[in-house]
Amino acid sequence: MTNATLKQLSQQLAAGAVSSVELATHYLDRIEALNPQLNAFITVDRARTLADAAAADAARAAGQAGLLTGVPMVHKDIFCQQGWKTSCGSKMLDNFISPYSAHVVEQCNAAGLITLGRANMDEFAMGSSNENSYYGAVKNPWDLNAIPGGSSGGSAAAVAARLTPVATATDTGGSIRQPASHCGVTGIKPTYGVVSRYGMVAYASSLDQGGPIAQTAEDCALMLNVMAGFDERDSTSLERAREDYTRELNQPLAGLRVGLPREYFADGLDADVAKVIEDAVAELKKQGAQVVDISLPNTELSIPAYYVIAPAEASTNLSRYDGVRYGHRAAEYKDLVDMYEKTRAEGFGAEVKRRILVGSYVLSHGYYDAYYLKAQKIRRLIANDFKAAFEQCDVILGPVAPTAAFNIGEKSGDPVQMYLSDIYTLSVNLAGLPGMSVPAGFDRRGRPVGLQIIGNYFGEAKMLNVAHQFQLATDWHTRAPAL
Amino acid sequence: MKWEVVIGLEVHVQLNTATKIFSGTSTAFGAEPNTQASAVELAFPGVLPVLNKAVVEKAIRLGLALGSKINQKNVFARKNYFYPDLPKGYQISQMELPIVEGGVLPILVGEEEKLVKLTRAHMEEDAGKSLHEDFSGMTGIDLNRAGTPLLEVVSEPDMRSPEEAVAYARALHSLVMWLGICDGNMQEGSFRVDANVSVRPFGQQEFGTRREIKNLNSFRFLEQAMKYEIQWQIDTLEDGGRVEQATVLFDPDSGETRMMRSKEDAHDYRYFPDPDLLPVRISDEQIARICGEMPELPSAMKARFVEAFSVSAYDAALLTGSRATAEYFEAVAQASGQGKLAANWVNGEIAARLNREGKDIADCPISAERLTGLILRIADNTLSSKLAKQVFDALWDSDLSADAIIERDGLKQVSDVGAIEKMVEEAIAANPKAVEEFRAGKEKALNALAGQVMKASKGKANPAQVQDILKQKLA
Repeated sequence: MTNATLKQLSQQLAAGAVSSVELATHYLDRIEALNPQLNAFITVDRARTLADAAAADAARAAGQAGLLTGVPMVHKDIFCQQGWKTSCGSKMLDNFISPYSAHVVEQCNAAGLITLGRANMDEFAMGSSNENSYYGAVKNPWDLNAIPGGSSGGSAAAVAARLTPVATATDTGGSIRQPASHCGVTGIKPTYGVVSRYGMVAYASSLDQGGPIAQTAEDCALMLNVMAGFDERDSTSLERAREDYTRELNQPLAGLRVGLPREYFADGLDADVAKVIEDAVAELKKQGAQVVDISLPNTELSIPAYYVIAPAEASTNLSRYDGVRYGHRAAEYKDLVDMYEKTRAEGFGAEVKRRILVGSYVLSHGYYDAYYLKAQKIRRLIANDFKAAFEQCDVILGPVAPTAAFNIGEKSGDPVQMYLSDIYTLSVNLAGLPGMSVPAGFDRRGRPVGLQIIGNYFGEAKMLNVAHQFQLATDWHTRAPAL
Repeated sequence: MKWEVVIGLEVHVQLNTATKIFSGTSTAFGAEPNTQASAVELAFPGVLPVLNKAVVEKAIRLGLALGSKINQKNVFARKNYFYPDLPKGYQISQMELPIVEGGVLPILVGEEEKLVKLTRAHMEEDAGKSLHEDFSGMTGIDLNRAGTPLLEVVSEPDMRSPEEAVAYARALHSLVMWLGICDGNMQEGSFRVDANVSVRPFGQQEFGTRREIKNLNSFRFLEQAMKYEIQWQIDTLEDGGRVEQATVLFDPDSGETRMMRSKEDAHDYRYFPDPDLLPVRISDEQIARICGEMPELPSAMKARFVEAFSVSAYDAALLTGSRATAEYFEAVAQASGQGKLAANWVNGEIAARLNREGKDIADCPISAERLTGLILRIADNTLSSKLAKQVFDALWDSDLSADAIIERDGLKQVSDVGAIEKMVEEAIAANPKAVEEFRAGKEKALNALAGQVMKASKGKANPAQVQDILKQKLA
């Protein structure tokens, strides 16, 4: 049961080989045993989960089960979930029990999935290492000295450690793909607008996108079928017909044109990571894919552009945490301004404060044109790079990050070093494109390395097809850490 | 030194939509605090704004009425500042690319028409309310008003006196009600005015330093506040002082303005396009449809009244002060065929009486049909103006028609020459002194004699005939 995929579990439930209560108990026991080492969860509520599992079993007995009824899952603590603490990894929301559920949570509930708990994350999704959580760092299940990646580190670690078959996650600058890569699991960030942001606590609104992390591409496709879809409560949600993301999984790859961006294989790429990517490309070639040399010339500019736009949006998205209506409020203060200052000084961690300050600065009078407007222009250039590239190829392949997971504490004193590690993921968010990470090997220290697949707009099914065919031919995604 | 006053107004027009600008929450006024505030207004983590399309339609209506440019792509921006009644920590407003740009609003100053230019009008959400009473040492927050749709209408600094500014505010107030986009209730805050006031020596090109008077919710306060502020600025400058840019509040109790914040405390609002809302796109078809649904505008109606009913431009302007008044007048003028008389009565007795009783034309106890009945009897000389006034009073207090009142009270004017001649002769005979005075050249004596005749007829004699016959007899 431990290594079973979402697909397998749904089949076992349908066959009556296992009940939802048995599954939930199995995972809850594993969480209880292993989470003290990993710290992948912020909240677990055994009684509630078991009650939901019993209800799912009853629904199945009554003949009302869907494909995924009774399958357990985990939600990143960024998705509001009615009756559950939704902390977003912050002291600011440590006492916040959400009175409503995010669109994504509603969709999962409607599909019959039950919730095992709430995954740890970098505070307000700001971070690449999951060291920025108020609830402490998450450990990488492959090496407890290593970071799991961020900001969806809890979701990725939980799937990697087989504490859940699947977890929700969000990706603003690589927060699904990078932890998936570092933890040896599969994660997909859809096209901006495909998954509703309603109820997903906002970090940088124009970049945030929810998606699933699971063991396989096929499971990701099944989850995307549940999570995606138009939502009138999100003005940036795209009005498109529902699609079946599993429909292209079994297409052969013969004739597929894969683009390798020169800039992704230049200086700074770790040799072990490069080797893993080369081998993965070789495997796809073996299946008939053609390799095309492409260029994304403005890749380097994605870091400064991202670290202007994301903090700018974050600085105002986070203004609502002022101690007035909900969440943390400082105990003692002289006056209103003092209350705001103390509340925010106490409630936010260092990285969040750093980004609020940067964001406020770049939007301030006299600097807007030099920073924010310029960054938006770069964003256009980056999108145009991809547009040109996709005239030559069907998908783009490359590394997710320059190295495998680094050690806890290794970069936490140097935010700029940390920001540079996002170079291969940021531009995808700036362009609003879909991207995913697929386990493709290990570095010399035995830490997982992911292959990044970048698709054209609404190219999720094609990306999942490439990933699935790769997974049919390799076993990297089936390897689990020894815990 | 002679000073010139420069005034520009920013008016917050609350749009009368059923639901809020970015959520489906009701906008009804007067509910228990915080009962009309959903997770969106409370700015719960994760909630998102969804634009109420009715707000856009109403903004377009105003833009079309003002002859403005409608920006077919307009953008919502975030205006960032901290305040307890601003739950998100930013107000969603428009900065660059507002929905409405330019346009003019004609106003009436005395009997002169003046065109005031508009800078822009943009859509935005209202904030909540901070309640300081009943909370000792604390502030209460009511978020019922948060998210109520506003249209902020900004004029050019085109006004040169408080009177002009008030005329502009009144014209805009009546226009937004005319268009059916605002209920115009100033007490409930549906129409609030900020006035930017400065003075400069006559003939000087550059503007003086302005101070902004915030949140004036009556025309009277608007006028008082501007007058006080202008005098204060002139006094300050004449005493050798300087006017510093500032935001001030008007205290109706003292009649004075006082400083709220100086330029140094001015916020940096860090405006930027709201990433949660896509740019608003308005199609040609949508504009054409709204054009087709527009009511006849006051300016067009005014011109038509002058043309069709031969009323003066001044009267026509008064009649088109509100849509209800204009419709009332038109009904009477049409039915009676007496445009001039109808205008005199609507602008005169009806307006005065409504004003005295604090009523609106919609509550006028005399229907257009009943006023028409009165006017017909004036036109055919059945009623003298004095008798007409008497019938009018009776109409006001009963449901009877003018004819029924004339019949009941026997108020028919006497125009029978023989009867009037008889009464005139009696008056001449009874007042030899007056006759003597008149013959000695004292014109006024004629009036005394006429008065006697009217008295004898119980006011029913046709006064014009009385005058004519008196003159004949005394000639």
